[in-house]
Amino acid sequence: MSKSVLVVEDEPNIIEAISFILSRDGWHVSSHSNGEDAVEAIRARAPDLVILDVMLPGRSGYDILRELRAGEGAGANLPVLMLTARGQTKDRALAEEIGASRFMSKPFSNAEVLEAVNALVAP
Amino acid sequence: MASLNLLIAVCMAYGAALFLVAFGAERAALRGRSGWLRSPIVYTLSLSIYCTAWTFYGAVGYAARSGLEYMTIYIGPSLVMIGWFWGLRKIVRIGRSQRITSVADLISSRYGKSNLLAVAVTLIAVVGTTPYIALQLQSVTQSFAVFAAADPTARMGAESQTTALWVAAGLAAFTVLFGTRNLDANERHHGVVMAIAVEAVVKLCALLAVGIYVVWGLGGGLGETLARIDASARLGEWHIANGRWSGLIFLAGAAFLTLPRMFQVLVVENEDERHLRTASWAFPGYVMLMSLFVMPIAVAGLSTLPRGSNPDMFVLTLPLSQGQTGLAVFSFIGGFSSATSMVIVAAIALSTMVSNHIVMPIWLKLQPGKGAMVSGDVRHVVILARRLSIVGVLFLGYLYYHLSGGGAALAAIGLISFSGVAQFLPPLLGGIFWRGGARSGALAGLGAGFSIWLWCLFLPSFGEGVVIPAEVMRHGPWGLSWLRPYALFGIEGLDPLVHGVLWSMLINSGLFAGISLLSFPSPMERLQGAQFVNIFQHSASPRGWEGGTAQSEDLMVMAQRLLGAREAQKLFQREAERQGVQGYLPEPTGEFLQVLERELSGSVGAATAHAMVGQIVGRAAVSVEDLMAVADETAQIMEYSSQLEAKSAELARTARQLRLANEKLTQLSVQKDAFLSQISHELRTPMTSIRSFSEILRDAPDLSGEAKSKYAQIIHDEAKRLTRLLDDLLDLSVLENGQVTLNQSRVRLGDVLDHAVHATGADDGRLTLRRTPAQEDIWIDTDGDRLAQVFINLIANARKYCDAEAPVLGISVRRAEGQLIVDFIDNGSGVETSQQAMIFEKFARIGDQKAGGAGLGLAICREIMLRLGGTISYLPGQGGAAFRVVLPPPEALAAQ
Repeated sequence: MSKSVLVVEDEPNIIEAISFILSRDGWHVSSHSNGEDAVEAIRARAPDLVILDVMLPGRSGYDILRELRAGEGAGANLPVLMLTARGQTKDRALAEEIGASRFMSKPFSNAEVLEAVNALVAP
Repeated sequence: MASLNLLIAVCMAYGAALFLVAFGAERAALRGRSGWLRSPIVYTLSLSIYCTAWTFYGAVGYAARSGLEYMTIYIGPSLVMIGWFWGLRKIVRIGRSQRITSVADLISSRYGKSNLLAVAVTLIAVVGTTPYIALQLQSVTQSFAVFAAADPTARMGAESQTTALWVAAGLAAFTVLFGTRNLDANERHHGVVMAIAVEAVVKLCALLAVGIYVVWGLGGGLGETLARIDASARLGEWHIANGRWSGLIFLAGAAFLTLPRMFQVLVVENEDERHLRTASWAFPGYVMLMSLFVMPIAVAGLSTLPRGSNPDMFVLTLPLSQGQTGLAVFSFIGGFSSATSMVIVAAIALSTMVSNHIVMPIWLKLQPGKGAMVSGDVRHVVILARRLSIVGVLFLGYLYYHLSGGGAALAAIGLISFSGVAQFLPPLLGGIFWRGGARSGALAGLGAGFSIWLWCLFLPSFGEGVVIPAEVMRHGPWGLSWLRPYALFGIEGLDPLVHGVLWSMLINSGLFAGISLLSFPSPMERLQGAQFVNIFQHSASPRGWEGGTAQSEDLMVMAQRLLGAREAQKLFQREAERQGVQGYLPEPTGEFLQVLERELSGSVGAATAHAMVGQIVGRAAVSVEDLMAVADETAQIMEYSSQLEAKSAELARTARQLRLANEKLTQLSVQKDAFLSQISHELRTPMTSIRSFSEILRDAPDLSGEAKSKYAQIIHDEAKRLTRLLDDLLDLSVLENGQVTLNQSRVRLGDVLDHAVHATGADDGRLTLRRTPAQEDIWIDTDGDRLAQVFINLIANARKYCDAEAPVLGISVRRAEGQLIVDFIDNGSGVETSQQAMIFEKFARIGDQKAGGAGLGLAICREIMLRLGGTISYLPGQGGAAFRVVLPPPEALAAQ
């Protein structure tokens, strides 16, 4: 049973890159490019892992994560890897505070992403 | 005792006669038939109160003791009178124009109407005059005693005290009756002046009668008398000490000006300034006659009367010893006249000072709330104060007489009195000849001079051991030898009088001048000083000066200086209208003056306003220039304070600007953070794709050729996006810093638009452009490339964001008020109202990022338009997105 990952990201090229990397590693990759209904999408699909961008159209990744962690069910303990293009220390601190499982700033190396997702979801 | 009773009867009769004279004169003055009262002769005769009993009796005694030295007492005043034109005339003019009531009033008026100074002068005058009054009491008492004992060697008995008391009481009664009958604003006393003029004649006749008797009756003619004087045994002992002589002449001259009673008759009672001209020769003539027979009487007394006889009484004892009782009685009347006239005038003068400067201020202070509203009943209070003061002054004289026991020689007491009032001389002369004289200087000088006088002259005059112990006299207080009363500061061997006068006057003048130079006088002092010193320049004539338009003009000029031309003119016009006067100058009525004063007091304070208005309108004399000087001074002060205000306003403004700048900096800092964060995002996003795909290409050799070329294309596109972003950032930075160089050239607007359309690729048919080439056929001077950049941005935005199914962009050109307006309006849904305000900010991208672009386009457009001298703005309510580019008029562009 392959593990599933949901990439919440608005930049198509980045979605494509991540999809390529993780698919090769055996992940089942799906994506969602809007912030507004991201929480519903996550809950509906219930992936093993979420890769969440911070700057999304409609709603920020932080808000999405907050709602996810505050809610019941799968979302509350779901591993979430946060990606941000605003690689400042305070962003990392905020992400950890609100319950991100892992935080990475763009640009990332593919190997790093692979290592991170595999570490977050036990095989 | 029968002769004593006779004397008393004579005195009473004489007193009654004087009473009648005074009464008659007052009545005549009241009826307005006072022409003869205003004779310069009466004025001159009234000055004869300088010749008191001291001169009448004492001069002979003085001559018997010290020879011709008594002449100094006459020379001093004679010199003052002869030189009236330089000094006295000025004092009289000031006294008249300023309505001065006493020497204290003059000095206090000069130094800014300082009441403290008035009180100081009054106290010094009282203390200085008291011995003199005592002296008169003593001489009257002595003369009574002479008759009582009919024995030249008789000493004072216990009853002399009673005599003195009666004399003092009688004089007090007379003075109260005539000195305080009416309250004339000018403080003139016609009755008293007339009475003392009569007394002057009586005493001169009496002394002349005794002299004539001595020379021709007793001495056997002029020649023999002169021979007798030459042969006098005492002549050898007489010598003329230059220092003492000049000192005494100075002292007598000074006292002539400063003695309160002399000031009263010289200045206050002066009816006409021209009287001075007559008095300048008549008065020296009078005193010359008074002194004519002094030497013969002295020599005759010394040779005829037994040794040990009191030479102060020779004038009486000589006729008495020869059995000439009638002559002796006449002589007695002469002496009595001298004493009474002096005491009466001195008491009037002192009581004026005491009541005006001490009693009334205290009384007014004791009337809570009523101080400002003095009504009719105050006259009674003033008269009561005068009367009490007269009684008080005479009682003090009696007290001094009682305490000193009448022991000291008459002349000595007189000179001490002279030197006391002479302390007024520095502030008096300094005040009328030197504008720099200041109140503080006058106070300090008077205080120091008076103290030295008290210590060195007055207190020792009671006799050794009476007030100052003999030990202190010889060795100084607390063994401080430099404080010995007769050898102050270690200067020994001087005549005690010269010593005291020298030190007191020296230190008085020194302190006056020194402190005046160091202090800064108040405006009031300056005003008064200018008036006093320049009295002749401002007062053409003390009489017959009528006001009218001239006054109103002066008031106008002054008011303009103080209120400003506009305010003043408004005020004057309003008042003139109210008075029904044509033009803008109202009559200087009391009502108008009050209004004006109230207005002025707003800017210079009530006192100065009152003084200024008073001095222009009143009879007082002050030049408009002087007032202007004060006004300018005030204006300067006001200007200075307004400068201060302006400064503080400026400071507040600067503080506000700083605060704003600080807020802006904080805001900028926040903006900068946001900008950096934004840039970071914009740069990292394409870099992420580039890195990721390049790693894929590197690490996945098994990729299909199709995938490879796709990923390479992504890398290529993202690299281009990065480059574009960096270009935009650099462009914006250059534009914002103003470092951009414009390539001004003449271009056709249509060409610029064509170029922009082509560059955006908008001619591919996806976006329909609606243009009117005829409108665009305009040549403008501008940077064509930069303008094209703006147009490209706008067209590109329409291509990207216009969400209509068939996007149309209309470009219209028109002129309005010389400006060139280019509107870009599409048929999409436009920009949301909430976002319209920020679309020109950096990274304010509308909608999602798929449209590409870094969000810097409109910010760059705005900067470019700023450089080109035009504007770019969003036009709300046009249906679709609508941008308006405004270019400056072609001529303005050309001028740039």
